[in-house]
Amino acid sequence: MKLFNRRVAISGLAAVAGFGVLATAAQAQEYPTRNITMIVPFAAGGPTDVIARIVAADMSKTLGQQIIIENVVGAGGTTGATRAARAANDGYTIITGHMGTHAAAVPLYPKLAYHPEKDFEPVALLAGTPILILAKKDFAPKDLKEFVTYVKANSDKLNMAHAGVGSVSYSSCELLSSVLDIKPTGVPFNGTGPAMNALVGGQVDYMCDQIVNAVPQVKGGTIKAYAVATPERNPSLPDLPTTAEAGLPKYQASAWNAIFAPKGTPAAITAKLNAAAAKALDDENVRKRLADLGSDIPKPEARTQTALGTLVKSEVEKWSAVLKPAN
Amino acid sequence: MGDLFSNLGLGFATVFQFVQWAPPLLGGMSIPIPINILLCLIGALVGTLVGVLPGIGTIATVAMLLPITFGLPPVGALIMLAGIYYGAQYGGSTTSILVNIPGEAGSVVTALDGFQMAKQGRAGPALAIAAIGSFFAGCVSTVLIAVLGAPLTKLALAFGPAEYFSLMVLGLIFAVVLAKGSVLKAIAMIVFGLLLSMVGSDIETGASRMSFNIPELADGLGFATVAMGLFGFAEIIRNLDAGGEEDRQLVQQKVTGLMPTKKDMKDSAPAILRGTVLGSILGILPGGGAVIASFAAYTLEKKLSKHPERFGRGAIEGVAAPESANNAAAQTSFIPLLTLGIPPNAVMALMVGAMTIHGIVPGPQVMQKQPELVWGMIASMWIGNLMLLVINLPMVGIWVRLLRVPYRLMFPSIVVFCSIGIYSVNNAPMDVVLAGVFGLLGYWLIKHDFEPAPLLLGMVLGPLMEENLRRALLISRGDATVFFTRPLSATLMAISAFLLILAVLPALRKKRDEVFVESES
Repeated sequence: MKLFNRRVAISGLAAVAGFGVLATAAQAQEYPTRNITMIVPFAAGGPTDVIARIVAADMSKTLGQQIIIENVVGAGGTTGATRAARAANDGYTIITGHMGTHAAAVPLYPKLAYHPEKDFEPVALLAGTPILILAKKDFAPKDLKEFVTYVKANSDKLNMAHAGVGSVSYSSCELLSSVLDIKPTGVPFNGTGPAMNALVGGQVDYMCDQIVNAVPQVKGGTIKAYAVATPERNPSLPDLPTTAEAGLPKYQASAWNAIFAPKGTPAAITAKLNAAAAKALDDENVRKRLADLGSDIPKPEARTQTALGTLVKSEVEKWSAVLKPAN
Repeated sequence: MGDLFSNLGLGFATVFQFVQWAPPLLGGMSIPIPINILLCLIGALVGTLVGVLPGIGTIATVAMLLPITFGLPPVGALIMLAGIYYGAQYGGSTTSILVNIPGEAGSVVTALDGFQMAKQGRAGPALAIAAIGSFFAGCVSTVLIAVLGAPLTKLALAFGPAEYFSLMVLGLIFAVVLAKGSVLKAIAMIVFGLLLSMVGSDIETGASRMSFNIPELADGLGFATVAMGLFGFAEIIRNLDAGGEEDRQLVQQKVTGLMPTKKDMKDSAPAILRGTVLGSILGILPGGGAVIASFAAYTLEKKLSKHPERFGRGAIEGVAAPESANNAAAQTSFIPLLTLGIPPNAVMALMVGAMTIHGIVPGPQVMQKQPELVWGMIASMWIGNLMLLVINLPMVGIWVRLLRVPYRLMFPSIVVFCSIGIYSVNNAPMDVVLAGVFGLLGYWLIKHDFEPAPLLLGMVLGPLMEENLRRALLISRGDATVFFTRPLSATLMAISAFLLILAVLPALRKKRDEVFVESES
């Protein structure tokens, strides 16, 4: 039966890794008295996961309790967000959502089981990942102005790749089409990797995607980038103009990531989490690692809970105007 | 060539790096430890142990264990992850052979003959040949990556949606050939599998299909859920009904020799070789390449064999070929990641995640900028395969002894471990319920001589096929001739047509044989 014990031990390991931490302690007096579960509604290793882990590691030090990341994937992140919305509002379950789960999902999924404003307390804005306008390397236009003219003139011949309905890439592409008032053929891929592969291979003409996925390819010269859709240039591609500089100021997009808590989580707790997150964003090491990813770190005035609440409201409105429901 | 040796030299130097370790116990004395080798060993061991849990395939294992590598230095972390990956893959084959539960698409084929071998008391040789074949394939493909990695990248880029669709058609034809009984029933199962694969969200519009407003179905049926039900649970129900118990006891008494015999080795050698070649080529293709590799290898062996009727009834080549192909493909699937920085499948996407967490952003320049990382990983692949052989050959005895556990104790534990495995993939109770439903369905299928393997393959290939068909037609603006005018795609279509004729002709001719096959079980 030695063998049987080994299997039990294995399952124990899997259980710890898979189930996260079971709630045991009684209601806390001095928050936090036990581990905090942070739901990341995307797969381990994705952009949101990486940002959440970098910040959570520093927050854990400040709070004196470990923040455990639980990746709950599915349905463009809405599965994890739904679970977070229904979790106990005691501050021990929080979520790192993003532009998709806490804004674009509203118009995309009419049967969404939560609402970003009504079911969540805004806690802290973490980092934004700017969107780039990208094209295959032998795409004719030389700069953004030419790109705009060319795409408008040839919209029915062009193929625009995106990473699937509900992805950041999809929403950003739809926004671009709406700004340019064109209807290109959208070619859906299952995630950014395959879409990027098709762009590098020249199977599709252009796409919009997060900077973190594109920088190595742009630097390696396998694809070309026209502009970054944020007000300021990004240090990881300092020569790349902003959309405003290059003549398309209306196109602004960034995949922001932020921490939310279930509605009704006590204000004292969310304030404490907000302070811990703000402190993490001032840490040199955290800043360096986020900058390596091409992320924008929010300025102090954008880090308040009120500012995040306002951002969510405006983003929900912005995307509702651009995106049509999936069903 | 000189470059190659200096590169490989750099790789092995990285892997064999010694770190001075001064434990406080020794009072200032320090001992050199080969840290990366140890990490590789631990990775392969932990990967095997978690991967052997039914229901937890490579993706789930790597995702689960990813966080434990976060505290390590980047090169060490990636070497350990590579170890976990190989370990998990081998662990999946172990459950396929012992209890007929494939943990992932690649081991479905291994289960066909592997489990039959186990039933005949030859689980030992099956497990051993899987380890040996994997090791050989690993060695060959490591060299292949080192020598041809960069030029082979072009193949990955030459494959557009039209080529993928044609490759998937070829894959489905393989699935027909796989069937050991009625061809008609095999086709029915494939179509049913394709139908199951349509559950979930439409790729183009995001609209949900056949999900009956159940949120858990929005992303489709999980492979592990269906495989666990059709193979694992159905097998248990079958064993528990009248006559099954007798069958089990037979298995327990018959266990003979742990290692393959000379004849086994002789039979397997060409199969391993061919499996390695096929796997190495198909593994480079992003997406479905690695999935198709294992059953392409199996089909090839069955077609080349003088006794194709032995396949599905415990032919050792039927284990050796797919296992070698599997491992070769697992290895060469690193090529697009290392040369382009584009992850070709979900496991590689996790690897990219691990790299970014360590501040390495993989891309076309990673080979020039961080040669010690890339070549260290290539060298560690070989070490990882060696570790697998070292860990697994001695464990064969332990696994085989597991079969001797009385079935009344074994089946409840299989059910429990399967349920834990399925639950922990998505943390969703619904998945466990679904696996139960598929268990009942699987039992009905067994009773009526339908084979679950073609169904699973249909289900795995379905989404790839549909997505690429739609992409190809979107890009060609609805012109279906694109599948026959692009040379690569046309070639694949021609091979499919040829294979289909080969598969259907004997079935039409040998009606008698078919009747015999059906009345046998």
